[in-house]
Amino acid sequence: MKKAALTSIFLLLISVFCFSQIKISGTVKDNRNHILAGSTITLKTTYDGAISDSTGFFSFKTFEKGDFILEIKSVGYKTVEQKITIAKDPINLDFLLKEEVNELKAVTVTAGTFEASDRKKAVTVLSALDVYTTGGANADITATVKTLPGAQQVGEQEGLFVRGGAGYETKQFIDGTLVNNPYYTSVPDLAQRGRFAPNLFKGTVFTTGGYSALYGEALSAALILESIDLPDQSQATVSLSTVFVGAGLQNIAKNKKSSYGFNYGYTNVYPYFQVVKQTPDYFKVPQFYTADFNFRSKTKKGGMIKYYTTFAHNDLGLRRPNIDSSTLKNAFGLKNTNWYNNVSWRENLGNGWKMNIGLSFSTNHDDISNQIQNQNNQYVTTGLYYIDSTNFTLNSRQDLSQIKAVFEKKITGISVLRFGSEYWYAYNKNIYGNAAGTNYTYILQDHFNAAFAEADLYITNDIAAKIGGRLEHSSLLNKTNIAPRISLAYKTGKDAQMSLAYGIFYQKPENLQLFYNSNLNYTKATHYIINYQKMNKDYTFRVEAFYKKYDDLVKTFPTYNNNGDGYAQGVELFWRDKKTIKGFDYWVSYSYLDTKRDYLNYPQQLQPSFATGHTFSLVTKKFVLPIKTGFNFTYSYATGRPYYDIMFNQSSSKYVIADEGTTKPFSTLGFSMNYVPSVGKPNAKTFWVLVASVTNVFNNKLIYGYSYSYNGKVKQPVTPPAPQFFFIGVFLSWGVDRTQDAINNNL
Amino acid sequence: MKKIIFLLIVATNFSFSVFAQSDRYVGAMASTLQEFGAAKTAEEFAAAEAKFERIADAEKTQWLPYYYAALVKGRMAQQGMGGDADKVADDAQALLDKAAALSPNNSEIFCVKYIIITAKLLVDPQSRYMQYMGPMTEALETAKKADPTNPRPYALQAIGLKNTPEQFGGGCTPAKPLAQKALDLFGSFKPASPLNPNWGKEMVEGIIKDCK
Repeated sequence: MKKAALTSIFLLLISVFCFSQIKISGTVKDNRNHILAGSTITLKTTYDGAISDSTGFFSFKTFEKGDFILEIKSVGYKTVEQKITIAKDPINLDFLLKEEVNELKAVTVTAGTFEASDRKKAVTVLSALDVYTTGGANADITATVKTLPGAQQVGEQEGLFVRGGAGYETKQFIDGTLVNNPYYTSVPDLAQRGRFAPNLFKGTVFTTGGYSALYGEALSAALILESIDLPDQSQATVSLSTVFVGAGLQNIAKNKKSSYGFNYGYTNVYPYFQVVKQTPDYFKVPQFYTADFNFRSKTKKGGMIKYYTTFAHNDLGLRRPNIDSSTLKNAFGLKNTNWYNNVSWRENLGNGWKMNIGLSFSTNHDDISNQIQNQNNQYVTTGLYYIDSTNFTLNSRQDLSQIKAVFEKKITGISVLRFGSEYWYAYNKNIYGNAAGTNYTYILQDHFNAAFAEADLYITNDIAAKIGGRLEHSSLLNKTNIAPRISLAYKTGKDAQMSLAYGIFYQKPENLQLFYNSNLNYTKATHYIINYQKMNKDYTFRVEAFYKKYDDLVKTFPTYNNNGDGYAQGVELFWRDKKTIKGFDYWVSYSYLDTKRDYLNYPQQLQPSFATGHTFSLVTKKFVLPIKTGFNFTYSYATGRPYYDIMFNQSSSKYVIADEGTTKPFSTLGFSMNYVPSVGKPNAKTFWVLVASVTNVFNNKLIYGYSYSYNGKVKQPVTPPAPQFFFIGVFLSWGVDRTQDAINNNL
Repeated sequence: MKKIIFLLIVATNFSFSVFAQSDRYVGAMASTLQEFGAAKTAEEFAAAEAKFERIADAEKTQWLPYYYAALVKGRMAQQGMGGDADKVADDAQALLDKAAALSPNNSEIFCVKYIIITAKLLVDPQSRYMQYMGPMTEALETAKKADPTNPRPYALQAIGLKNTPEQFGGGCTPAKPLAQKALDLFGSFKPASPLNPNWGKEMVEGIIKDCK
């Protein structure tokens, strides 16, 4: 018995002696021989290991003996596993780790693109909150985007006039499909708002050129909007303001897998117009009815199906003096009905495959009339054809149905191949009635097909390329085009990169041009962009230079043809800083633009009347916590824009410039403040925000251009209907979040 | 006799090795816990975290080392240690998921989940507030429900409120009663083993002292 105990102790001692410690040490570097500090070294299946120090050195001791695997891990590098045999001798090993191409570290192509979402990185340029808190923008996405470089300060027409392109050359896409009528229907000399509320979208990408092959039919720029998935909580909302009232409900299912919501809004500016005088005489005060509905659901495999629809009807009529006669007036009336539908389906197919399907249908009806009236507001005819021809009615319908499928396959690492196709069916019908009451009907139908493919190639974390192309065919034009797109990005340092982009972009002529001659070709633009960007959580700095060549622009004289052309070149700067002054956020944009084009009835290449050389914006935001109020200012300045009186000269049978000039510079300060009393009451039942804003604080006279009488003898400035716009509104919401209830019950 | 001796020897050595195994685990955990407690620099936190992770991967069936590894990483993410806070927080969550797989519906694990989400919120509070507030409250409420005697969910809630500006509904007034509640629970709380979570009391005492 004693013997046995002794044996046991002896064995125990042997085991201790046998298992004397062995030292394992070495260094960890990357394949460019840079030291990798903080790498973890693990002797797998044991407790033993170490972390490399600031010289890349590691060392640890182990009692283990035999065959083991030594694992070396470093964030951003491929893990190395090395078989080792631990016997009597110390082990020294040096490791070289290969860099892993990784989405967080890899460069992304930024030439021409302002990404405004936090899908991939914690860095954002613009968020939905920014749209709501940009002074003078009145929560309009387009108005906010106008404070970014590349866009012109055009106030007499809706749309984004980007880098020498007309407003209709910038297109909007929601979840991949084109929006046919993103703005309320045009009223002469009055810019209209966008139809979509900023809080519908989680991501906004404003691209001023060189964009992906997934998007076509936009010559100059694209505003790519990605709708939100599920809302964070259920809530009911009510808005009350000087011009509109609205109410809505958003409900998310208990299992947080699906949600639905709807909103209704009514706008009537009558009380506002009583207080703030407008230049035009509104015989029908603008009224808008809007309603929307959404349904969103997660699929079983983790995909997402979303449906969004919005319906809008509006009605207005305004009278202005007729420029050709001091005794006559022009009475313009508009009734618009618009119904927009969008379905998107995103799914992971497994094996590195992803799918995005987009369907959309929209129909837009405009009932427009223009009448010449006398001082008693009665319809008259004058016998002068250049006056009487402005007596007309136009009944216009635009339908667009689209389907788009995009498939994505992971190739090596994070490189991705994307391809797909889209089909659009467009139906446009205009019934034009002249002064004599004769109706002319024009119908356009187009089957538009496109196929596209694109590869995002990540060669290393420092070099990335996007190479793609589009093939398009329009049955109406009966022509096919091929549009290549290439861009490259190279990381030049921490948070800094250079990008290059090249691409060809096509767009069909406008419907009104095609009604006259459907035998036109695509208009074409070629973009060359070089960009440098340094960006992190606190600030963004960008500088971008571009050259753009326009070909085959539509001319309206002597017949409708594609003989127009032009160019645009410039440099743009952007700086945003959220950090230097605590709680103060500001951005600065500057654009230099040199552009000329020969299109429509221009007698030669001219700087178009919507373009100017220098545009500057300063946007500031400050939230003052003790008074729970945010103060937001936007200052915009643009040099004068050219204007022309392009007249038909009977004797030479040509259009000539009868008069021209430059407007005085445009300068305006917008202000908004938002009081958020619920700040500080996380359990408050009611969340409310009071918003007050004014555009053009200093009441500067804003002149966008001049219009001329038929004979060129009378010249009138184009101005906004009122120099300033004032707004006061209250937005209330009631969260019906279950977790909130849970806290309240527990306290 | 020979047979008995042999059996005895086998038994002695077997029990020795079993004892050695668990002793080794307890010893390694205890020393790493001490290292974690004393850690100040990012390197020291990272070293403690790596040790917990190694113990966890070697043991495979213990939730505690994964829990502590996730806790250290969560703390690092909150303080911006170890690089990109989002990435560190995601790694912490991956470790915590392993702990949760070994010990489902564990109040302590929900507390660390709260810490990790807080770290993500702190990256950009203004724009992430809406997204993360819900999950944070949910984590704490689940922790309270899973073990009503656990003081840590109350302690974390108290600390969170204490660090929130008064204008945002934080400060001493709402924090103090929760700190008191946590302190009362600490009075009766007995960890299941010396290795089980038993942190937070000093922080709560600090709040009560500051909020006099």
